Amino acid sequence: MDETAQFIDFCINILFPALADGLMITVLLVLITAPFGIAFGVLLAVGRVYGKSYGNWICRLFVGFVKGCPLMLLLFILYFGLPTVPYVGVTFDAFTASIIGFICCNSAYNSEYVRGAIISVKEGQLIAASALGMTKRQAIMYIVLPQALRRAIPGLSNEFIYLIKYSSLAYMITLVELTGAGKIVFTKYFEPGVFFVVGIVYLALVTVTTVGANALEKKYAVPGTQKR
Amino acid sequence: MSENKTDYILRVEDIHKTYGDAEVLKGVSFNVRKGDTIVFIGPSGTGKSTLLRCINQLTVPDSGRVWLHDEEVTNSGKKINRFRQKIGMVFQNFYLFDHLTAIKNVEIALIKVKGMSPEAAREKALYELRQVGMEDFADHYPAELSGGQAQRVSIARALAMEPDVILFDEPTSALDPELTREVLEVMRKLALEGMTMLVVTHEMGFARSVATEIVFMESGVIQEIGTPAEVFGDGGGFERIRSFMGKIGDLSGD
Ligand SMILES: Nc1ncnc2c1ncn2[C@@H]1O[C@H](COP(=O)(O)OP(=O)(O)OP(=O)(O)O)[C@@H](O)[C@H]1O
Ligand SMILES: [Mg+2]
Repeated sequence: MDETAQFIDFCINILFPALADGLMITVLLVLITAPFGIAFGVLLAVGRVYGKSYGNWICRLFVGFVKGCPLMLLLFILYFGLPTVPYVGVTFDAFTASIIGFICCNSAYNSEYVRGAIISVKEGQLIAASALGMTKRQAIMYIVLPQALRRAIPGLSNEFIYLIKYSSLAYMITLVELTGAGKIVFTKYFEPGVFFVVGIVYLALVTVTTVGANALEKKYAVPGTQKR
Repeated sequence: MSENKTDYILRVEDIHKTYGDAEVLKGVSFNVRKGDTIVFIGPSGTGKSTLLRCINQLTVPDSGRVWLHDEEVTNSGKKINRFRQKIGMVFQNFYLFDHLTAIKNVEIALIKVKGMSPEAAREKALYELRQVGMEDFADHYPAELSGGQAQRVSIARALAMEPDVILFDEPTSALDPELTREVLEVMRKLALEGMTMLVVTHEMGFARSVATEIVFMESGVIQEIGTPAEVFGDGGGFERIRSFMGKIGDLSGD
C-alpha cells in the first residue's frame, strides 16, 4: 500500500469519525453563540449610541472589559475561576463556559460594527420619524436599525468568521471541538496530515459563511443605492 | 371682527431660542387660521427653520408657547408625539426613509404610530400617493426617485397622517426649476383644498398666488407681515420685504 492510500485509509477510519464529533461541537458553539452575539451586540450598540446615564455606562464598561481581556483568559476565569469565588461561585461545564465567553466576545465586537452603522445613518431619518410622531424607540426600531443592520452585515459576518476560528479556544478549557479533536488524533498517531485536514474543514466553514453573508447582503440591499 | 382665541388653529407666542451666544429667535408670535397658507421669507440664518422646528418641538424653544387648537404643544412631555401626528412636516432634503419603498414610507407611521391595519394603511397610502401623482412609483425606493418625486412622496407621507397643519421648510430649494414646479403644483392644490400650511420658501410666484399672508423675518424677529395684495401692490410700507424680494429676484433672474 502506498502512502497516499494509507493516509486516505487513516482519514476514513480514524480521523473523520473523530473530527466529526469535534466539528459537531464547533458548529454547535458557533450556531448557539451567533444569534445571542448579534442580539446582544445590537442592544449594546443601541445602549452606547442612545442610552442615557446608567445604561450607557454599563454598555461601555462591558465592551471595554471584554475588549481588554484576552479571550483565553476570559474562558479560564469562567471555567476555573468562578467556582472558587466565595458565596457567589458558580460552576459551569466546559460547553456552557465556552458559550458564555464567546457570547461576551462576539457581542462586544459586533456592537462596534453596529454602532458604527447606526452612527452612519443620516440624522434626517430620525428627524423625519420624530416629526411623524414616532417615539425614539419606534424610530430606532423601524427606521434606524433596519438601515444600520444592513450596513453592518459585512462586519457581522467578519465577526462570525472570527468566531468560527476562536471557538477552538474552547479546547483550552477541555472542550474537545474541531481543533481539539484533531490534536488528540495527532497525539495518538503522530500524523501531521491531521492538521491540514482540520484546516481544510475550517476553510470550508469560513467559505460557507462568506457565501451566505454575500447572499444576505445582496438580498437586503436597498435598490437604487449603489454599493462600492 | 371678533378676535376670539378659538378662531385660530395654531398660535405661536413669543418664541425665544438661543444657540450658544447667538439669539436666533428673539420673540416671535403669530396666529394661524384654518385654511391659511402663511409664507415665511427672509435672509439666510434668520431663524426660519428654527421657528418651524420650534412649532413641533423638534427644537425646544427656550421660552414661549405654541398652541394647537386649545392645547399647549410646548411643555407637553410625552404627549408631544400626539401633537406631531397633527403637525406634518416637509423638509428641504425630503428625508424619505431610505430603506422603504415610496408606499412603505407613507404606510409606516400609519401602522406603527396610528395603529392602522396594514391593509387599511396600504389603501390610505395609495390614496395619498395618488393625490401627489406618485401612485405609479409606489414600489420605487427613494434612491430611484428624482428630487421632485421624492418631495411629492414626502408630502404624501405628511398628508397621510391627516394633520391639522403642515410645515414646509424650503421644500423646493434642493430642486431644479422643472421639479420645483411639480412640487409647487401639489402644494398649490393642497392650499386650494383648504390645508393649513406654513411655508418657508423663496418662490415668490407661489407666495403671491397662494399665500394668505407673507411674513418677512430678519434677525430673529418678524419684521413685516402683509397679504400678497398689500406686499405686491403699490401701497406704502413693506419696504423691507420689497427690497429683499428685489434681491432674490435679481438672483433668480426674474
Ligand atoms: N442646532 C443648532 N446648533 C447651533 N446653531 C444652530 C442650530 N440650528 C441653527 N443654528 C443657527 O441658528 C441660526 C438660524 O438658523 P436657521 O436654520 O433657523 O435659519 P434659516 O432662516 O432657516 O436660514 P436658511 O434660509 O439658510 O435656511 C443660524 O445662524 C444657524 O447657524
Ligand atoms: Mg432654513
